[in-house]
Amino acid sequence: MGAQKKRAAAAAAAARVSEDPDDLARQPLQAILLADSFTTKFRPITLERPKVLLPLVNVPMINYTLAWLEAAGVAEVFVFCCAHSKQVIDYLENSEWFSQPNFTVKTIESHNIISAGDALRLIYEQNVIHGDFVLISGDTVSNMSLTQALQEHKERKKKDNNAVMTMIIKKSKPSPITRQSRLGTDELFMAIDPNTKQLLYYEDKADHSKGTICLDKMLLAENPSISLHNDKQDCYIDICSPEVLSLFTDNFDYQHLRRHFVKGLLLDDIMGYKIFTHEIHSSYAARIDNYRSYDIVSKDIIQRWTYPYVPDVKFCGNRATKLERRGICFTAFNSEIEQSRSAQVGSFTVIGYGTKIGSNSKISDSVIGEGCTIGSNVLIEGSYIWDNVIIEDGCELRHVIVCDGVIMKAGAVLKPGVVLSFKVVIGERFVVPAYSKVSLLQQPTVHDSDEELEYADNSSGTVEFSSIQGTADQSNGEMTSESSEAHKPKLGTGGVGYIWSICEGGQEEEWRHSVAPIPEDKLTELSEAMDDDQELVTQDRTALSTSGELISDSNASEGDDNEDSKDDSVYFEKEVEATFLRAVEENVKVDHVILEVNSLRLSYNMTSADCAGAVFYSMMKLAIKTPHSSASELQQNTANIITTWQKLLKSYLLEIDEEIEIILKFEEMCLESAKEFSPLFARILHILYDKDILQEDAILRWADEKEGADESDKVFVRQSEKFIQWLREASEEED
Amino acid sequence: MPDIQALVSDLASKLRKRRVQGSYETARLTAELLCAVILQHKEPTTNGAASLIEAVRRVGEQLIAANPVELAVGNIVRHVLHIIREEDLSPLTDIVGELKLSAEDDVEDIAEDENSQKSSATTDGCLLKPPLLLAVFEHLPDSATACQTFSSENIFAGKGKKLKSELIKAVNELIEDINTCREGIAEQAMELIHQNEVILTLGHSKFVKEFLCAAKEKKRSFEVFIADGAPKFEGHILAKELDKKGLKAIVITDSAVFAMISRVNMVIVGVHAVMANGGVIAPAGLHVLALAAKKHDVPFVVVASTHELCSLYPHNLEVLLNEMRCPSELLNFEEFSDCIDYGIASSSSLLHVVNPAFDYVPPELISLFVTDIGGYSPSYIYRLIADYYSSEDLPPQQKPAS
Repeated sequence: MGAQKKRAAAAAAAARVSEDPDDLARQPLQAILLADSFTTKFRPITLERPKVLLPLVNVPMINYTLAWLEAAGVAEVFVFCCAHSKQVIDYLENSEWFSQPNFTVKTIESHNIISAGDALRLIYEQNVIHGDFVLISGDTVSNMSLTQALQEHKERKKKDNNAVMTMIIKKSKPSPITRQSRLGTDELFMAIDPNTKQLLYYEDKADHSKGTICLDKMLLAENPSISLHNDKQDCYIDICSPEVLSLFTDNFDYQHLRRHFVKGLLLDDIMGYKIFTHEIHSSYAARIDNYRSYDIVSKDIIQRWTYPYVPDVKFCGNRATKLERRGICFTAFNSEIEQSRSAQVGSFTVIGYGTKIGSNSKISDSVIGEGCTIGSNVLIEGSYIWDNVIIEDGCELRHVIVCDGVIMKAGAVLKPGVVLSFKVVIGERFVVPAYSKVSLLQQPTVHDSDEELEYADNSSGTVEFSSIQGTADQSNGEMTSESSEAHKPKLGTGGVGYIWSICEGGQEEEWRHSVAPIPEDKLTELSEAMDDDQELVTQDRTALSTSGELISDSNASEGDDNEDSKDDSVYFEKEVEATFLRAVEENVKVDHVILEVNSLRLSYNMTSADCAGAVFYSMMKLAIKTPHSSASELQQNTANIITTWQKLLKSYLLEIDEEIEIILKFEEMCLESAKEFSPLFARILHILYDKDILQEDAILRWADEKEGADESDKVFVRQSEKFIQWLREASEEED
Repeated sequence: MPDIQALVSDLASKLRKRRVQGSYETARLTAELLCAVILQHKEPTTNGAASLIEAVRRVGEQLIAANPVELAVGNIVRHVLHIIREEDLSPLTDIVGELKLSAEDDVEDIAEDENSQKSSATTDGCLLKPPLLLAVFEHLPDSATACQTFSSENIFAGKGKKLKSELIKAVNELIEDINTCREGIAEQAMELIHQNEVILTLGHSKFVKEFLCAAKEKKRSFEVFIADGAPKFEGHILAKELDKKGLKAIVITDSAVFAMISRVNMVIVGVHAVMANGGVIAPAGLHVLALAAKKHDVPFVVVASTHELCSLYPHNLEVLLNEMRCPSELLNFEEFSDCIDYGIASSSSLLHVVNPAFDYVPPELISLFVTDIGGYSPSYIYRLIADYYSSEDLPPQQKPAS
């Protein structure tokens, strides 16, 4: 019997070991989980509860991360707690994470840390990381397998000691309109060596207004091939070698993982540390960075892309939910809900334990937490309602986040993008305006040190209290003046809470990161502006360096003109002008300028007539900009410039058509942008003739063409009548 | 018992996280775990069987709750409970008469022995608890008078030890059965597969593979059509394995089963679970195959081991017994995320991917079950279930969880 006992136990043990997917058991894999994002994007909610404990489809976020780490074969996780560290530690202690076999969770607590960099420096001091580790933040949802990425990392490390980090990336097309990824993060530019997968360039804050990104030319010189992506998403899962921690300690100014550390390593070629990428395709990985990604990731979870981390699988002691078929798709239900017969619960909805839903209420695409009471005739669409919320009859909620303990009195309406923080009370029939954030706490004037002011520009500056927002009070219809109790009537009768003023630059950016879908008018507005942007992005704009002064007036002309070809030529003209001005400033040889203009011509697909026009235009612009006091001086300047650059101009004057184009261009300038030239028209025409830029045939044909035109068009023909007359006679004489 | 609890929660978490899948694997692990539970179960002085049943049931509930879709867990738990009840009965038959006698003696002569009095009260409790047992005891012949000389305590200690060792032996036999069920099934291959036949199967089932290979080893020559079993395409694996064994394998798509069925002599498939009414829960796509077979009067043979025998009836299938797997098996997440049209104000895509794992095939479509204990028709399954499980344990889910 004893033998049997042993055998059975051994068999069980053997089975357990063989089930573990990691053959990397030699060195147990460690992970650092940052339970603080060091940002303020989830305010005001994060003032009361740390971000990692916010429920994501009714499960606190950190559970997704921990469950994935455990499944990925990580043996030991250090959870770094900073803001609200007590709450995080309490939560973990009461969860089952501390009692897992083969998976240890340890917490590191610190209060005066203001950035990820500081956190890693602290961990380095504690000397707990001994081998490769996974660096992740507690708001990441993934189901990828680490095995391959880890193996690649180890092999690379063996060959090249400088390969300190492997970054997990994923394809994700940014929207051409909003320049945002699906998750609401900014468009990210990465340059990657397609063969070695080495990361060469990383830019997440590219300036879209200029539409340029600057690559160091050394990148192109040193790497035989390089591919530049804007369709990759950074999953914020990094496999790091222990050196990374010491790097943070050496460079004590590194704060942000990406902006400082990654960019720092990429720029610093003295140490030669390298970062590599590992792209995942079918598996899921995403970080919840803002309200929009909260919305998107929730939807992905409900649609089961994060399988097995889905509502009906108990991956971390969450309550069992069941799927029920609604239409074609599925809704996760807890068995213990009370639902009125006439309530309609649509697809892709999760409803938590002990929630009551009244009659005729409609719920779709939403997540409802535990113990909520929802009255009758309530409409809930695309919203996230946390635990113990009371929603009275006739409320409407569209694309909002409602935290624990909120009470919405009858008939209250939340417009898209609203965030109600803990225990706020919204008064009867009060309408909360779109994108407002409501909290019991006042908007802080000085930020507490718990959370770093990474986006200091966003949050500093004007702080108004909600009392100013009195106009928002629509149920009372009158301004109340009791300033001490000001917050109460602001949210309707019986309402409790402050409406936070939207931060500086607010409304503009608010829609980008909100739970609400991007409003239609924003989209149309953006897509109108997009035409221009796209042009700019596709072109290599490095040539455009110094001048910005002249763009303004050409912009004016492009504003009311939407034809593509016209746009093209405007851009082309600007480009040529910039090239020309630079050439003048830097004394570039004429031949080189010709070369540059030629390449522009090819890229815009322009005729040589366009080139001639553009070059001439630039020359004239230069002339008019050169300081002058009188018309004769201007004429002199023009003559000089023409003399200097005649070779450039001539190289585009292959036929008579181009010459006519120049005259027409000149005429146009005199009429519109450079009126100073108009009295000099005839004389400059003469100069051009003298310099052999224009032939008499061209001028004569121009004059002939103008014969039938309107009187107003003939101004310059009149002016140069004498000259033309003279030309005609001269040609007749020759005959 | 922290040790056992650790083992239980370990297996439960593995089941929960879908790290253990497939009826064979789950059945084996569950049986091994229950064996350990029985081994470590601390015997109370009285009523060993009942407390053991309670312990096993508690563990079973945890495991079943961990992944209700994996029906093999419940099957093994119920089977072990059945074994305990049976074993509890058989040694008792020897003892019972004597016990009854000693109890009667005690009632008559209370002052005789304090020890025996103490135990008699408990004995009565034990006997009264399971009414079924009592009913059995009534009909026992009074042949156990020989044991009368034992003191009650000795009897109980002996009984407990005996029960436990018998149980361990029985559960080990069960494990052995689970391990060898494939051979048991494969033995019957020769009777079913004839020379130059064409077999059709879907996906990858280890039972089917062993079954086919067994026939091949006996020098039968036949062809196998393999429907690839989307979305996992495990049929490709089976095809490669059969090719190694020298079997002629032809891969077709799932949707081509109707096109090929007229050339097939027999369909052989493996399933996820056999329901009490003789229907089966099987990988998605099998219902179509079964219908195709029915349409062309091709025999539809299900190979299943006894641990796949499930005492549940297939009510409310979508909710209870299906599993929605990850949609990325069907469609790459990349492609999905690219489909989001930013022109539409709603950020949620209208594109959805649903990936149910199982089909239910009703008993009318099944010709024969080949199990490790022989071939049965679907209408006989309820009898097998009566053999394998005790009625008290059926179905444990419906009993309110304590």
